[in-house]
Amino acid sequence: MTSIFRTYLARLLPQLIALSAIIIAISMTFPGFLNLEIQNGRLYGSLIDILNRGAPVVLLAIGMTVVIATKGIDLSVGAVMAICGAVAASFITSGHSLFETILITLAVGILCGVWNGILVAVLDIQPIIATLVLMVAGRGIAQLVTEGAILTFNDPGLIFIGSGSFAGLPMPVVVWLVFGVLVALLVRQSALGMLIEAIGVNRQASTLSGVLTPVLLIAAYMLSGLCAAIGGIIAAADIRGADANNAGLWLELDAILAVVVGGTSLLGGRFSIAASVLGAIIIQAINTGILLSGFPPEFNLIIKAAIIVFILVLQSPRFRTSFAFLAFPRRAAKTTEQEAK
Amino acid sequence: MKFAKALASATILAACTFGSASAAELVVGFSQIGSESGWRAAETTLTKQQAEQRGIDLKFADAQQKQENQIKAIRSFIAQGVNAILVAPVVATGWDEVLQEAKDAEIPVILLDRTVDASDDLYLTAVTSDLVHEGNVAGKWLVDTVAGKPCNVVELQGTTGSSPAIDRKKGFEQALSGHDNLKIVRSQTGDFTRTKGKEVMESFLKAEGGGKNICALYAHNDDMAVGAIQAIKEAGLKPGTDILVVSIDAVPDIFQAMAAGEANATVELTPNMAGPAFDALAAYLKDGTAPAKWIQTESKLYTQADDPMKVYEEKKGLGY
Repeated sequence: MTSIFRTYLARLLPQLIALSAIIIAISMTFPGFLNLEIQNGRLYGSLIDILNRGAPVVLLAIGMTVVIATKGIDLSVGAVMAICGAVAASFITSGHSLFETILITLAVGILCGVWNGILVAVLDIQPIIATLVLMVAGRGIAQLVTEGAILTFNDPGLIFIGSGSFAGLPMPVVVWLVFGVLVALLVRQSALGMLIEAIGVNRQASTLSGVLTPVLLIAAYMLSGLCAAIGGIIAAADIRGADANNAGLWLELDAILAVVVGGTSLLGGRFSIAASVLGAIIIQAINTGILLSGFPPEFNLIIKAAIIVFILVLQSPRFRTSFAFLAFPRRAAKTTEQEAK
Repeated sequence: MKFAKALASATILAACTFGSASAAELVVGFSQIGSESGWRAAETTLTKQQAEQRGIDLKFADAQQKQENQIKAIRSFIAQGVNAILVAPVVATGWDEVLQEAKDAEIPVILLDRTVDASDDLYLTAVTSDLVHEGNVAGKWLVDTVAGKPCNVVELQGTTGSSPAIDRKKGFEQALSGHDNLKIVRSQTGDFTRTKGKEVMESFLKAEGGGKNICALYAHNDDMAVGAIQAIKEAGLKPGTDILVVSIDAVPDIFQAMAAGEANATVELTPNMAGPAFDALAAYLKDGTAPAKWIQTESKLYTQADDPMKVYEEKKGLGY
């Protein structure tokens, strides 16, 4: 058990180091950063803000990880967020119950995934092109649903998902925590994760060895669509309105970045959902840090880019081999562990 | 020759006087950018309303954010021989040729909401708002409201580098200069969206002692203010009283917030650009009075005292 934990920790080590470095850097420039207090029965502070504001990207990154593991990519998630936010807002305002609204919204997200999946798995279109279709068209669909305006709603149940709290944590955080753990358990406690990785490494070989490749591929895009739907509901609930123009705008890029920062290769194969979640939190920590720092907004993107380049350099194989001696003690520990066994 | 001309114009005149009512009816073509924002939708609605009120036959063309569509629309208006053309240009450059064509056909062109980089004798006039002035009106309101008391202001800017963000910031700063009691302590971009407005306001509140050091919020548009109001409420403060909220645009939702006492003031970016345009056009067609090359729309200030619910009801149906 401890050895599993240790390999897990070793996998997440670069992300954990990057995250702690960023948090330390922010708390040095802004002393109140680590403060946590209870306000209105919920935790309140910048750290909670990071977890809360990061919710949409975390959710998108969960789905994106699985898609990328199959050697695919899903560019449509931002647009699907907008569609689902619009669907949720229009259903709740037209008098449907919260349960119905959520059910239909999630179904719409999954349907978007089915569309992407069929283009990729059945028609064999390259994922980047296949999902580009919905990325471009999706925002138009969302605008049709909202009729071009920001569709606002006052349903307390739906608003609760965006700004309520459960067990002291904001609801969005609870949602992504629970959802992330469920997905991670699903893919890792069954052979699903391995089969997905097999498709990513060599689709043809896995098909020949009996893996139901098309089904799994479609399922991966469905999961991504589902994640985008949940993200869309949270984004809409947060501002009590569906903004078809801006909801989820460019978030597909943040989600891909989160997966990359999490160390999953865009070439498919091995993946880690926990690492991608950490990647998303790292990105949000940078965003929140920049906002707290008080720099003029002209610097926002430059600072973000510089930090991310730094993290990616740390992860690059060339850099790792050049500094392999740093990893040596760990390898030594492993061999002694094996000897002990 | 002279006689022939006079005869011709006399016949035309006669034709006009004896012609049916439809001959006297003005036909105006309107090339709209598209419907990328609620404000734009409201502008379209109001232009149609204004035309109807004046008995103008409005030919509407939606360009779907494409200049080529606008140029096509203008050419087709010219071919149809309309009396005038309204254009809300999607970009500033590349208009010289088509405007020259309209000029050659002696059809006056009026620019709405945005201007173009073309010689100003190619169009009759441009009806736009003054973005710097809008910021200035918001700033003046704040200066008058705090009345000399020390006040820390946080600012939610529009999209970095966009002209509304630059100009509304400039105008606000101009209004504040010379009033040392007012200080902009934090200024960040909220990208003109509710989501970012809320997120950035959350960080402002954390950074300024839980919001205790903030006395007022200035947002470059109402949407960001609406997002920020939620952040202020979730931080346990009262927007509108603990933190004054002033923003620009006057979209319907901010009037709801004002009615609830959660926002204090907004400066209107009027979607009624067509009204002044039609007035100028009527004067021009009547006796040839050329209007000024720039007609500035009013940047009206609305506060909680202006019966916000009534304004909300008026604006609600405009398609914002």
